Order: sequence, then C-alpha cells, then structure tokens
Amino acid sequence: MSGRLELWLFVLQRLSAMVLAPLVLIHLVTMIYAVQGGLSAAEILSRTQANAIWPVLYGLFIVAVAIHGAIGLRSILREMTPLRDKGAGAVAVAFCALVLILGYRAVGAIA
Amino acid sequence: MAAAGTEKSLKVDIWRGDDDGYYQSFTVPHETSQTILDVVTYVQRKLDATLSYRFACRVGMCGSCAMTVNGRPRWTCRTHVDSVAEDGYIKIDPLRNFPRVKDLAVDMTVFFDKWRDAKARFVPSEADLDGFAQVDPDSRERKEASAAIECIGCGICYAACDLVSWNPDYLGPAALNRAWTLVNDVRDADPNGHLKAVAGDAGCHACHSQQGCTSHCPKSLSPTASIAGLKRKSFAALLKGAL
Repeated sequence: MSGRLELWLFVLQRLSAMVLAPLVLIHLVTMIYAVQGGLSAAEILSRTQANAIWPVLYGLFIVAVAIHGAIGLRSILREMTPLRDKGAGAVAVAFCALVLILGYRAVGAIA
Repeated sequence: MAAAGTEKSLKVDIWRGDDDGYYQSFTVPHETSQTILDVVTYVQRKLDATLSYRFACRVGMCGSCAMTVNGRPRWTCRTHVDSVAEDGYIKIDPLRNFPRVKDLAVDMTVFFDKWRDAKARFVPSEADLDGFAQVDPDSRERKEASAAIECIGCGICYAACDLVSWNPDYLGPAALNRAWTLVNDVRDADPNGHLKAVAGDAGCHACHSQQGCTSHCPKSLSPTASIAGLKRKSFAALLKGAL
C-alpha cells in the first residue's frame, strides 16, 4: 500500500485526535453536571433541543470518532489478525459507516 | 579460574540449537566485574566448545555480542553479571525477532536489508566536490543528527520492538533512526527520497511509540524520537507536495 495513504491516515488520525480531546472533556463534564444536578431525561432533551450548539458539537464528535476509531481499528486488525491491507481496510470502512449511522441517529434524536 | 574469596558460582541456562532447541545448564564461577560475555566465553572455552555465539570488540563498539539475558535484550560485553543475575541465576537466549542460526548466533541479514530498504544511506551531491561542506554545529539539523548518530547496529532495538514481532515487514527502529540522521544531513542530496522510503505502511507511521527500542538501546539513543521526527518531516513534505 502506498506511503501517501499511510501519511494521510496518520494526518487524519492526529487531526481527529485534536478535535476529540476537548470534545471528550466537554462530554464528560456535561454528563457529570447533568447527573449530579438530578436532571431527568425529558429535562436534558428540552435543553439539547433548545440550543443548536449541542447537535453541532455532537455531530462533530461523531465524525471525529468515526475517523479516529476506524484508523485505529485498521492498525489493530493488521497487526493482531491475519487480515491485511484490503480486509482490514474494508472492516475499518464498515466500522466508520456504522459509527456515523448510529451517531447521527442519536444526534437526530436530541436535535 | 576463580579468584580466592569468590567461591560463589552462577547457574547459567543457555539456549542450544535453532528454533527446535533446548536450554543447557552450566555452572560458572562468579568473578568480580564479570560480564555476561565473560560467562558465555567461559562456557565455550572451559565447558562446551561447541557453543556458538558472536562477539568482536568486547568494549561496546562493534554491536555484535547482543543476546537476550534474563528476558531482556542486552549488549553482553558491557552488561555486568551483578546487575542482571537473579539469585545467581542467568538465562541466555538469542535475540528475539531474528532467525536463529545456532545457539546464541542469529541471522542479522533481515536487519541490515531493512537499512537498505529504508534508503538509509548517504546520497552525495555534486556540490560536495567543490570543497568541504560547512555544517554549523549549533544548527537544529546538526543537533538532531548528532542525537541519533551513535548507533552501533547491535540489533537490540529490533529485538525489543513489539511491532517487529507483529509485522515482520516493519523497517524497525535502527533503520528508521539512521534515515532520520540523513534527513537532517544538510549535505544529503535527496532528503525527500529518504522520507518516501520510510513513509510506507511498514515504515515510520506504523510505530506505536511504545519505546521498547529507547528503553533498551545500550547507547541511550531514542529511535522513538527519531521516528516521531520522521512523521513530522514527512507530514511537512506532504503539505509541500514533495511526497
């Protein structure tokens, strides 16, 4: 497989990590705040639907997770299983698509 | 052989044969300032002349005596028995990740072939013919190259690298470290050629930064840092359209 593809995957994984780092923190802090505050599911939903920032943030979160996770999964498959370039690539693309579909279903529900 | 007052002896298990081998036990007198290479040499000279192993300089320059000692890859000529023996016990294996030839001798061919595959050799430029190249010792490139240049090619980093054991095509820490010194050599005529050679799926981007190489390198080099440098430089070259 070409060096350019590996380079682009490396770049994409680093860039998605840079996006993920603050988003994971925001996600955790928000979750803990919501649970500690004793908010009900309906109250949380009303707040996420009142402000466009939450669907936008989580929409970005899902793209970053799908890219970052798929590239990492591809590396693990290539090193730890008999799968090589094509097989690992196919599984990684399928994983990426699955995360995007499930993620955007969830974002659609809170938007 | 044993000096007065050093009645202690060492129990030494040494791997014999190739992949289908076995451990042979020896009892070796313990000496002051004794190295692992001294132990192996004692066994070969006094106990079993058929033992095969490799060494040359005995002073940590040539990189030929590396073996696995109590589970870790080490340069045996500079490894004192007292620093690694566990209750007087030493187990000596050939280096990991290399084909075994016999006993403690491994086939290093694949290791050096990867230096070739990584294009880890100097590419001269025509300009060098005009005179001496002026390299500022305080320049960033010279400092980067200096930090990585003292590799003795012992193969310890290659044996310590888990990635090599997972992906046999991976170029390995030593070849990539050498490539990094050339990328930083201002006299080299083809820095992007070096980057191209190491930017493949078995090159620098495969490294997980686990630092097995760095923690075991007997020369205290950091191939991990060199590989990280290659990742940075190849990214920059990609943005410039040079790759």
